[in-house]
Amino acid sequence: MKFILDAEQRLFGETLHKLLTGAGTPGVIRSWAAGEPGPGLALWRSLSEAGVFALAVPEAAGGAGPLPVELVTAFHELGRHAVPGPLVETVAAAELLSGIGDEGLAAAWLPRIAGGTAVVSLALPPAVPYALDADIADLVLTVDRAVDRAVDRAGAGDGGDELRKAVPGAVRPSLDPARRLFPVGPGGASATGPAVRAAAGAAYDLGALACAAQLTGLGRRLLEATVEYAAARRQFGQPIGAFQAVKHRLADVLVGLEYTRPLVHGAALAYGSPDFARDVSAAKAAASEAAYAAARAALQVHGAIGYTDEYDLSLWIRKARALHSAWGPPAEHRARVLSSLVGGQDPGGGRLPPPRVR
Amino acid sequence: MDLDLSPVEPFRAEVRDWLRAHVPAAALPSLETEEGFAAHRAWERELHRARLSVVSWPERYGGRDATPLEWLVFEEEYYAAGAPGRVSQNGINLLAPTLLRHGTPEQLDRVLPPMASGEVIWAQAWSEPGAGSDLAALRATATRTDGGWLLNGQKTWSSRAAFADRGFGPFRSDPAAGRHHGLTYLMFPLDAEGLTRRPIGRIDGKPAFAELFFDDVFVPDSDVIGAPGEGWRVAMSTTGNERGLTLRSPGRFTAAADRLVALWREHADPADTALRDRVADAWIRARAYRLKGFETVSRADDVGAESSVNKVFWSELDLALHETALDLLGPDGELGGEWLEGYVFSLAGPIYAGTNEIQRNVIAERVLGLPRAAR
Repeated sequence: MKFILDAEQRLFGETLHKLLTGAGTPGVIRSWAAGEPGPGLALWRSLSEAGVFALAVPEAAGGAGPLPVELVTAFHELGRHAVPGPLVETVAAAELLSGIGDEGLAAAWLPRIAGGTAVVSLALPPAVPYALDADIADLVLTVDRAVDRAVDRAGAGDGGDELRKAVPGAVRPSLDPARRLFPVGPGGASATGPAVRAAAGAAYDLGALACAAQLTGLGRRLLEATVEYAAARRQFGQPIGAFQAVKHRLADVLVGLEYTRPLVHGAALAYGSPDFARDVSAAKAAASEAAYAAARAALQVHGAIGYTDEYDLSLWIRKARALHSAWGPPAEHRARVLSSLVGGQDPGGGRLPPPRVR
Repeated sequence: MDLDLSPVEPFRAEVRDWLRAHVPAAALPSLETEEGFAAHRAWERELHRARLSVVSWPERYGGRDATPLEWLVFEEEYYAAGAPGRVSQNGINLLAPTLLRHGTPEQLDRVLPPMASGEVIWAQAWSEPGAGSDLAALRATATRTDGGWLLNGQKTWSSRAAFADRGFGPFRSDPAAGRHHGLTYLMFPLDAEGLTRRPIGRIDGKPAFAELFFDDVFVPDSDVIGAPGEGWRVAMSTTGNERGLTLRSPGRFTAAADRLVALWREHADPADTALRDRVADAWIRARAYRLKGFETVSRADDVGAESSVNKVFWSELDLALHETALDLLGPDGELGGEWLEGYVFSLAGPIYAGTNEIQRNVIAERVLGLPRAAR
């Protein structure tokens, strides 16, 4: 038993951190929000070269995965740098395509996802009702839960014979300017049946896990930046970080984050086990709360400057709120945990895919 | 990275089988009463006969040289089995680690075996009327005399001291030295000549702690831990244990969380989504504490000031678990029972072992690196 990242996994995270620090993500985020995805797509290719997207694609389909621990390590760094784009959606789509039982679709798209040449978006209503950045995506997937229908939309596919092009609905602006959300209506079916439902459940779980990891990274960066600010900013003749009211709030942020990381790692290790959905929900509920608490503390300690659009940290603050509820808000994940613990008895909620019951 | 517990499963099975055969069917009386204290002492003896009272200690002192992971597993099984609270925990978890680090071989041979068997039960004597969170303000003195020291002054809030046999704590041996200097860490019998103890009823009236009055109480040199004058450093080496994993192992919280889920099943009002949320949240936090424990024992380095992060987390989790249970019980929540006993115990968690305010200062200054300031 060794429940800490090994040297190689740590090195992978540090490499991504360096790559993303060098990329200057605030500028990338602002371009992305302004509808200029060029720098973001260039960064996507760098991330792909670093091996990020291959982690979610099975080896047989040209990837290196599934490697859930490496995946959460990567998403922690993606969150720490607030990288824009349908990152979570693409890895969730890889999981969906791997399990859907449609070999043509999988063969057409999985190698491209692994190689970084396909940006994929995904909606899984009702839990994930909008497709992020659908206008930029090369492929948009949705699974209609009521009719067990997998539908591909958009998709300027090269060789994707079964794919139909569709125009996404009108963009819905998010609090996070880099999150451009699109409603997705049902299209023609390309795969149906129980395998689709199971694959959609698995895709949802992996997406929620990646989102949880993204949130821990966001929270970490918010805390680091706020500690730095509190040590430098002076009022009443001393750094504001010397006041206990500030200290104690930031200490609580650290406590929240410290007890989220093991839940995220624990869930990653449960991949493929019957407890995976439960453990992902535990991680996502905790990560949403911890990162949001970090964002609230960051805003409060920064004061007015943190409330401005031009201050880069406000990009992190806004993303933390958006991801708090994306891929399921904490209350629904808690309900899913409890439902799993009491043997599938539905304790309410019910917008998330039900956990598997043993 | 892995969570493979299979190598410790045989040990887990042995512990589980023994507990299944030996844990008393009916709960013992509260260990904070004279009758309960005696019953819990007898239970310690029984644990010791099976070499299960101090599994992580070296074999020569009654332990099994269990690894930290085996210890975590032992604790999981112990609390899952509903076994009695550990009346000797202050000795085992707070004094023993200090002795193992700073004690002489003679002290280890003399003190540890009777501690392991429950023959001698220890009380911690740190706080004073004027030294609570500000421990370095302590004033009780140790004065040099022939062959030892004379203790004078007062200690208070000494847990288990109403019925325990011996105590340990820091005394001021050089009043001229600075606050954190000139302290000496000593062990003493609670029935010593010149020592008066007055039990104090905790919030439910049970004599869970005591105040101690010292009037020229003699302590031989052989009962000084570490060097005279080094008491602060010696004492602080215990606080990592007190705030960290060893005092409050994950097993007790995961067991309480599982019982809480069972209680929810029994008493749940499906319309009460707020309570549902709290039950699930408490279970998730107990899981987080368990996994954090596995993380901690996987690390090679000393957790140091990070133990304060632990202390804030477990003390608030313990309260949340018990408050939620009492709310599930509704009007019956105020009636006596195991949940209420646990609740009263959990109320003290954010206060003892360094208040959570002090812990947050430690986290902010020593983990986050925020500037120190006048309090």
